[in-house]
Amino acid sequence: MSRTATETSPRTGHQTASHTTNGRPPLLRLSGVHTHIAQYHILQGVDLEIPEGGLTMLLGRNGAGKTTTMRTIMGLWKVSAGEITFAGDRLNGLKTPDIARKSIAHVPETMGIFGGLTVRENMVLAARTGPMDEDRLRWILDLFPSLEKFWNAPAGALSGGQKQMLAIARAVIEPARLLLIDEPTKGLAPAIVGALTEAIRQLKGFGATILMVEQNFAMAKAVGDTVAVMDSGRIVHAGSMADLAEDTALQEGLLGFSMEMHQ
Amino acid sequence: MMFQRLLSGDTPRSRVLTGLIVGIVLALAFAPFLFPGTRSLDTAARICIFIVLVASYDLLLGYTGIVSFAHTMFFGLGAYGVAIALSNLGGGWGAVLLGTVGGVTLAVGLALVIALFSLRVRAIFFAMVTLAVASAFAILVSQLFHITGGEDGLSYQVPYELSPAFKLVKGKILDVRLDGRLVSYYLMFLSAAGLFLLLLRVVNSPFGRVLQAIRENGFRAEAIGYTTVHYRAIATCLSAGVAALAGVLMALWLRYTGPETTLSLDIMVDILLMVVIGGMGTLYGSILGATLFILAQNYLKEVMDLIAQATVGLPVIPDLFAPERWLLWLGVLFILSVYFFPTGVVGRLRGSPR
Repeated sequence: MSRTATETSPRTGHQTASHTTNGRPPLLRLSGVHTHIAQYHILQGVDLEIPEGGLTMLLGRNGAGKTTTMRTIMGLWKVSAGEITFAGDRLNGLKTPDIARKSIAHVPETMGIFGGLTVRENMVLAARTGPMDEDRLRWILDLFPSLEKFWNAPAGALSGGQKQMLAIARAVIEPARLLLIDEPTKGLAPAIVGALTEAIRQLKGFGATILMVEQNFAMAKAVGDTVAVMDSGRIVHAGSMADLAEDTALQEGLLGFSMEMHQ
Repeated sequence: MMFQRLLSGDTPRSRVLTGLIVGIVLALAFAPFLFPGTRSLDTAARICIFIVLVASYDLLLGYTGIVSFAHTMFFGLGAYGVAIALSNLGGGWGAVLLGTVGGVTLAVGLALVIALFSLRVRAIFFAMVTLAVASAFAILVSQLFHITGGEDGLSYQVPYELSPAFKLVKGKILDVRLDGRLVSYYLMFLSAAGLFLLLLRVVNSPFGRVLQAIRENGFRAEAIGYTTVHYRAIATCLSAGVAALAGVLMALWLRYTGPETTLSLDIMVDILLMVVIGGMGTLYGSILGATLFILAQNYLKEVMDLIAQATVGLPVIPDLFAPERWLLWLGVLFILSVYFFPTGVVGRLRGSPR
C-alpha cells in the first residue's frame, strides 16, 4: 500500500479522515455532515475522505452512525448540514436514483433483493444501462456459483448467504466507481464469510473503491486498507488498517475490545 | 416458437392453466357458433372487454403495487368519448375514431396529472386521491346531462357495419347469421386479444421488470438508479389508456353508455375481485378472473334454479338455492375462492406465488 495515513491522532474529536493518494483529491468526501432522522440527531458532523482505489473499513459500536452514514451518502436520508462531494460533484440534495447513476452502488444491511423476481431478473435490473457484460457476469458467477445454480429461481427462495451474494453480485454487475457495502457478513455462517471475503478481495484486485461497514473483525482486518472509526455520530479515528490491527490498546480505546478476542 | 414470441416468452407454465386458458380462448373465439343466442353472445363480449379492463388494472395493482380506485373513471372516459362523439356526429367511423382519440387522450392526461400530484405520497393517500377524483368525475358526468345524458346515459347509433342490419354475407353458417352483430363481436374479441398481448409484452419488457422491482422494494429500485415516480407514472398512464380503450369497446358493444355500465363503484369492486380471484401480478389471472366472475354473475341464477328444482322434495335445500338468493351464493363463492386460492387461481395452478 502506497497510501499513508495522516492526521491520525485518535479520539480528538473532529479531525478529517484523510489519506493522501499521490496528491489526487479523494473520490468521496464528507465534510461536517449532519443527519437527522425524525427528531434524532444521528450524524453530528462526519468528516470522512475515501481515497480512490482500496477498501476503507467503517467501524464502530452499534448505533455509532455507520449505516446512517452510508444511507446519507446514497441520499436515502437527507443531509441536514455539511457537504458530500463525489468525484468533485456535490451530492447534497440529489435524489437517490441520480446518486446511483453517478456510479455509486449500495449493498444495504437488509440486502434488499427483489424476492418475487428471479435471480436473473435481479441481475438484469441492476445492469441498468443495457445487457449484462458477459465477461463480468462470468466472473461474478464463478465467484458465487450458487447464483448460477438458482439463476431462474425466485430470489426470495434463496438462503440468507445466497441472498447476500446476490446483493453483492447485483451491486458489481456494472462497474461502479464506489461500492458501499453494509455488514455483508451479518448473520452468515463462517464458511460463507470465507467465500465473501475472497469475493471482496477479488473485487479490490479489480481496482474497485469500497467503503464497508463490518462487525466481523477477522474480515475487516483481512480486506481493509484504511479504517475510520465512528462513535456518537462522528469519526473519532482514521488511519491504516494495519496500524489499528497491531495496536490493541487503540482498539480497546476505540471499540471497547481488542480484535484478537474476535478471531 | 411463434407462440412463445406472441406471448412474449411468458407462457402459462402449468399444464392445467394452459388447458384452461386455451379452453377459454377457443370458447370465446367460436362463441357465436358454440353458444348461439343474444344473451350468451353478450356474456362472451363482456368477458372479452373485462379481460382487457382487468388486465390493465393488474398492470397497476399486481405488477406495480399501486392501489387505484379511478380505473372505472378511465374506462368511462373511453366509453363516454365514443358515446358523445357518436350521439353528436352520427354513427360513422370518423366519430368512433374521434371519440376514441379524445377519450384515450383525456384518460392518459388525467392519469398523468393524478400520478404526478400524488404518486410521491404514501400508497394509501394515492388510493384516497383516486377515489375522490373518481367520485367527483361520476358526479360531474351525472350533472352535465346535456352532454352526457346524466343518469340516463346516452343511446346512439354505431357504424352500420356493427349494427344488426348489416349483412356480411347472405345466408348462415352453422345456423348463425353473418350480420353486424357478429362483426361487432369479433371486433371485441380481436381488439381484446390484441390489447392483452400488448400488455403481456409490456409486463415482460425491461420496463415491466422495473415495475415489479418497484412493487417488491421501491427504495431499492431507487438505489439501483431507477426514478420510481417516473415508472409509476408511466404505468398509471398506460393502464388508464388501455382501460379507456376497453371503455370504447364497451360503448360500441352496448350501443349505450351510462354511469351504471361504466362509472359505478360496483364495477370498480368487480374489477378488484376479478384481479384477486384470477391472481394478482399475472395477466393470465385476468382471463380466468373475468371469465369466472362474469359467468357466475350471469348464470349463477340459472344454476341455482336447476339445483332448487332438482331438490324440490328435500327440506331446506330448495329454499337455500332459490334463485333470488344468488347474490348470497356469489358472496360465498368469493370468500371460498379467496380462502382456498390466496394467490388467485393462477397463483395456485402455477404452484408458487411468484
